[in-house]
Amino acid sequence: MTLTASPPPRPARWPLVRALLRQPVAVVTLAFLLLVVVASLFAPQIAPYTADAFDLPARLSGPTARHLLGTDELGRDMLSRLLYGGSKALLGIVEAVLTAVLVALPVGILAGYVGGRFDRAVSFVTDLVLAIPAIILVLVVLTVFPGNMHAAMIAFGLLVAPGFARIIRGVTLPLQEADFVSAARVAGVSEGRIMARHILPGVTRTAIVQASFVAANALLFAVALGFLGLTANPGEPEWGQIVAAAAHQISTQPWLLVPSGGLIALMALSLMLFGNALRDAAAEVGSAAGTGSGAAAVALPAPAVADVVRPVAPDALLSVRDLSVVFTGRGQDTLVVDRVGFDVRAGETVGLVGESGAGKSITALAVLRLLARGGRITSGQVFFEGQDVARLDDRAFDRLRGSALGLISQEPLASLDPAFSIGSQLGELVGLHDRVSGKANRERCLELLRQVQMRQPERVLQSYPHELSGGMAQRVAIAMALAGRPKLLIADEPTTALDVTVQKEILGLLRQLQRETGMAVLIVTHNLGVVADICDRVIVLYAGQVFEDAGVLNLFDRPLNPYTLGLIGANPAHAQPGQLLPVIPGRVPPPGSWPVSCRFAPRCAFAAPQCTAGPVPLLQPVSGHYSRCVRTDELFLNAAPGADHPLPLSPARPGHQEAS
Amino acid sequence: MTVSEVHTNRLAPEAPRKPLLAVRDLEVQYRRRRTDPVLRASDVVSLEVFPGETVGVVGESGSGKSTIAKAALGLAPVHSGSIHLAGRDITHLGPRGRRDLSRVLQVVFQDPNASLNPYLTVERSLAEPLEAHGLRGPELHRRVAEALDRVGLPPESSGRYPAQFSGGQKQRVAIARALIVDPQLVICDEAVSALDLSIQAQILNLLVEQQRGKQLSYLFISHDIEVVRYISDRIYVLYLGQVMETGPAGAVTGNPAHPYTQELLDSAPVADPRVQRRRREEEARRKAAQVTAPADTRPPTHGCPFAPRCPYVLDVCLAQRPPLMPTQEGGLVACHRFPEWKTLRDAPQGVAP
Amino acid sequence: MLRILGHRLLLSVPLLIFVTALTFFLVSLTPGDPAVVILGQNRAPAEYQQLREQLGLLKPVPVQYAGWVSTLAHGSLGTSIFNGESVVTQLSARLGVTLSLVTLTALVSALIGVSLGIASALRQGALARSVDVLSLLGIILPNFWVALVLVAIFAVRLHWLPAVGYVNPSTSLSGWARSLVLPVVVLAAPAVGLIAQQTRNAMLDVLDRPFIRTLKAGGVSHRSLIYRHALRNAGVPVVTVIGLVFIALLGGTIIAENVFALPGLGGLAVDATGRHDLPVIQGIVLYFTVIVVVVNLLIDLLYAWLNPRIRVS
Repeated sequence: MTLTASPPPRPARWPLVRALLRQPVAVVTLAFLLLVVVASLFAPQIAPYTADAFDLPARLSGPTARHLLGTDELGRDMLSRLLYGGSKALLGIVEAVLTAVLVALPVGILAGYVGGRFDRAVSFVTDLVLAIPAIILVLVVLTVFPGNMHAAMIAFGLLVAPGFARIIRGVTLPLQEADFVSAARVAGVSEGRIMARHILPGVTRTAIVQASFVAANALLFAVALGFLGLTANPGEPEWGQIVAAAAHQISTQPWLLVPSGGLIALMALSLMLFGNALRDAAAEVGSAAGTGSGAAAVALPAPAVADVVRPVAPDALLSVRDLSVVFTGRGQDTLVVDRVGFDVRAGETVGLVGESGAGKSITALAVLRLLARGGRITSGQVFFEGQDVARLDDRAFDRLRGSALGLISQEPLASLDPAFSIGSQLGELVGLHDRVSGKANRERCLELLRQVQMRQPERVLQSYPHELSGGMAQRVAIAMALAGRPKLLIADEPTTALDVTVQKEILGLLRQLQRETGMAVLIVTHNLGVVADICDRVIVLYAGQVFEDAGVLNLFDRPLNPYTLGLIGANPAHAQPGQLLPVIPGRVPPPGSWPVSCRFAPRCAFAAPQCTAGPVPLLQPVSGHYSRCVRTDELFLNAAPGADHPLPLSPARPGHQEAS
Repeated sequence: MTVSEVHTNRLAPEAPRKPLLAVRDLEVQYRRRRTDPVLRASDVVSLEVFPGETVGVVGESGSGKSTIAKAALGLAPVHSGSIHLAGRDITHLGPRGRRDLSRVLQVVFQDPNASLNPYLTVERSLAEPLEAHGLRGPELHRRVAEALDRVGLPPESSGRYPAQFSGGQKQRVAIARALIVDPQLVICDEAVSALDLSIQAQILNLLVEQQRGKQLSYLFISHDIEVVRYISDRIYVLYLGQVMETGPAGAVTGNPAHPYTQELLDSAPVADPRVQRRRREEEARRKAAQVTAPADTRPPTHGCPFAPRCPYVLDVCLAQRPPLMPTQEGGLVACHRFPEWKTLRDAPQGVAP
Repeated sequence: MLRILGHRLLLSVPLLIFVTALTFFLVSLTPGDPAVVILGQNRAPAEYQQLREQLGLLKPVPVQYAGWVSTLAHGSLGTSIFNGESVVTQLSARLGVTLSLVTLTALVSALIGVSLGIASALRQGALARSVDVLSLLGIILPNFWVALVLVAIFAVRLHWLPAVGYVNPSTSLSGWARSLVLPVVVLAAPAVGLIAQQTRNAMLDVLDRPFIRTLKAGGVSHRSLIYRHALRNAGVPVVTVIGLVFIALLGGTIIAENVFALPGLGGLAVDATGRHDLPVIQGIVLYFTVIVVVVNLLIDLLYAWLNPRIRVS
């Protein structure tokens, strides 16, 4: 057995700080903030003038060599006044933020941790406080404590605290309920340890981010109060008052507004941007991207070897050839579907089978041109009834959708619009395709619901999606797909999210609908049992490529590909209890790390030198049965007669090399 | 007759009598809001796990299978009934008791992405259960390295973060963490359900391997009856919070005593097109053209919970909850119409149930 | 419907009690003698005593509060310390100005913000980035400073709009409109940014959801997808942010009316604070709270219309 790719290099210590420092925005804003703090604290030492030094001849001047930021109406130096005013502004910020944090952190953590009545009470009080603009209540405080900035900022902090606490609670709650916390409790870790190790770090990150936003708001609030003259006297070098004084000189020297307002805005901006940067850094560390594990993407397929030529089947309903799909993310292009081709005939059921990362869902969605954001078809043709629909313009293809092609998806409840009743949604589609309204529309809706074996269809029409069970919702989804009388229904893992008994009903329903309407079905699934139950033909996908394509009986009786063989063998239903399962070691290579040669070779029990020599073409060793394997002949076709499977896979023992 | 009596009657005389885990008449209730009606997530359930065996619990959504696990782990409050582990009553255990218990009882959860704190290295996650018991220093490191080796991960893994691993690898780490304290019972709550088929096989093998040479029991909870059949010695089949049937794995899946078990087995499609076709033909023959009622998630207040869906239902099924009765294979079944429903099932065409 | 109304009214009672009781509680915290604080140091003792009796400062706080509530029940909020006029009379005269400012701003911000949000959700790229920039600018630029800058440009330099002052709509509709342009712009700028951002995020979130793909596969037109399905589902977070913005706008009137000398509640609030005119401040707090209650009521009704889960259950 060969080794899968070894884990990427060990990340350095203090990943969060490093991630933060990697962002230029964070470094710049942090530097600026530190500069302002230091400058304000040492204003008496570094300011060129005192705050009150008059220089009447130079009054109301713009920036000059002697007065870098100009002078006010009494000739006082703007730069110096701003420097002296800094400490009051900073003090106000600190008072507000400290108050908010000291109240919000314990309350928020407790609410998320303890829940119950305390949580509800906190939520109630939060709703009350958030309902009133903070400033009006702070005005009351200032009426009682005139001119007292400290009282005002502490009051502001108290008024901001409930919203802050709500956010802290919002972070605590999912942490508290996380599986790794449950596992820690089961492991006997004390609550204190759990709090310190699992909860507090996440809370602290959020708290710092929010605290910087609160600081920005506190600054703006503090200077607004100063501007209104409620916390500062005229003549005092308080930032808000400086702006107020500049307001009086608006006709004579409007420049005065620039340094005053500009400094406040820059401070607020720095605080906001720093908070954003911290949030981004935390997100980066918590995901794979932060650890530099992104592999180099394979941009385009390496053509070199041609697959067996498959002319477009004239009688096929759907004929896909050379379909490739690329996803663009974070500036990189990643190939996820690599020149896939297959046919679906009228009335046939074809299964697209594979594990996660094989590209089966994306292939099916690409046929419908419903790829998620960032995905696009880069090559290939999709022939539907002889016409290459991949080339059609959007409007023409929109017409095809729903009437010729239909879709049902994996999560039935999420597939229905929660804001509209079933009747409304179904009626919209019926109206679209049949161009009827009113009574005729309703009749058709009921007919569709009956067709999907829905009991009490009238009641269902009036219901909303959240009132339906998973099975019922999937029936509704099928009815909606049938509204346009499609010739081909694409079913993307339609039963994966459903209970197995409901799954059986849905599969039976699909089969019956096919009998009634003659429509073809392209079903995407990872479940071989579903395939065996419902499919006429099976396409096995692996790492974005077709690995095997055969009729269902042939595929299960005589698979011609080691991967298919392995999949069938790994099924516990076939295994003997008491013996280990025959296992495919390793794991599916993710898109972006696909080798040019056989993509399954690292995990294959039969890998030989020719498998890794170069690209492996898709061949047709037996009529109507395609396989991508250079060793098909020796492994499968020329195997000893009477043997069910050649060279049965031996049960592998878990060892270093087989970790997946 | 209790399960343990049945079990010991069946087993060879040298088998131990005392169960490792004994759940008796467990009732767990929950409701989302004060105004909602109370749901019985677990409705008087009894089960046992003996040392060294694997017990499978299978059921669909709403069956209460995960609830039993949560109750045993102290993650769900027990309304009535009892849970004993190694002879000790753990039904309402406080945090100090849970710490002692953690040497004996561990868990592997379903979602590999949620099982590990993304901000802790693998080493720290693995060290946590040992640290809770006061282990430190080189001995701790040694145990961590040993645990990684046991699950087939390279030693360098310890310095990495979970985000750098695949789903299957993360699940291995979760298993390593469960096994690192050498527990006697590991509860696997849908531990392979979120994994691809080929990875699932690897993990199942890993679990089975770990039992060799040790007295390690699993309580394996899953919705997939094939997986449960493969890995379990004995099986419990749950429906809407109640035990429908229990017995040796081969017997329950080969010759089910309860109509629901039969339905579960019939529903799970087998990877063999001919077998599927044969099944469909048999079922078409057997079944009248009735549509199975949509699954009702609210259990009836009395009577058999499966009655609304059962093809063999009689009035008594709706009125009275069936008691657990012994089967020939050494199991138990809760069905008023056992064993005659089986005869009805195999009856020639045209015979109404 | 009635149930929703009743529910909201029920919730409003604690709010009103909370806010008004809070103001009384705060007053009771006045260090020293409130009468001296209010009137200043150099007054005759009789004046202090008269004020104390007028404000009921000699009685315990709950009694004071009860007294205030009972006078409220008679439709009175006391008299201003500053000029002796009835508080209710003064406030009611000014209510219209504040309401017109806030409502106008809310409507303008909502319309522009939602449109901008939808457009940037659909078009991405430069438009989305400019929404982000606008939103950030709206937050960090002090609103009084923006007001002054706009006055400097449009009033002082260009003489297009009045710098200060309010014209009654009954006197001149165009004059009224012109006097409100700058205040509305100042208040609306940050609001538009916030609403646009929230709308865009909500729309993008909805457009990613599976049901959009189902409907699209069914052949539903692009227009119907966006404006009927996506918008309806994005409605709740958007309405939420509009509600929050409205509350913030109420607070913003305090600055805006001050800078533009508009005779509304906000302007009076600042003056009253400076003059320690407690009855007036308490009255303004009450008026603001009532406005908030009414707005929350409307929002609740909107929620019910948007979200069938609330309607049906």
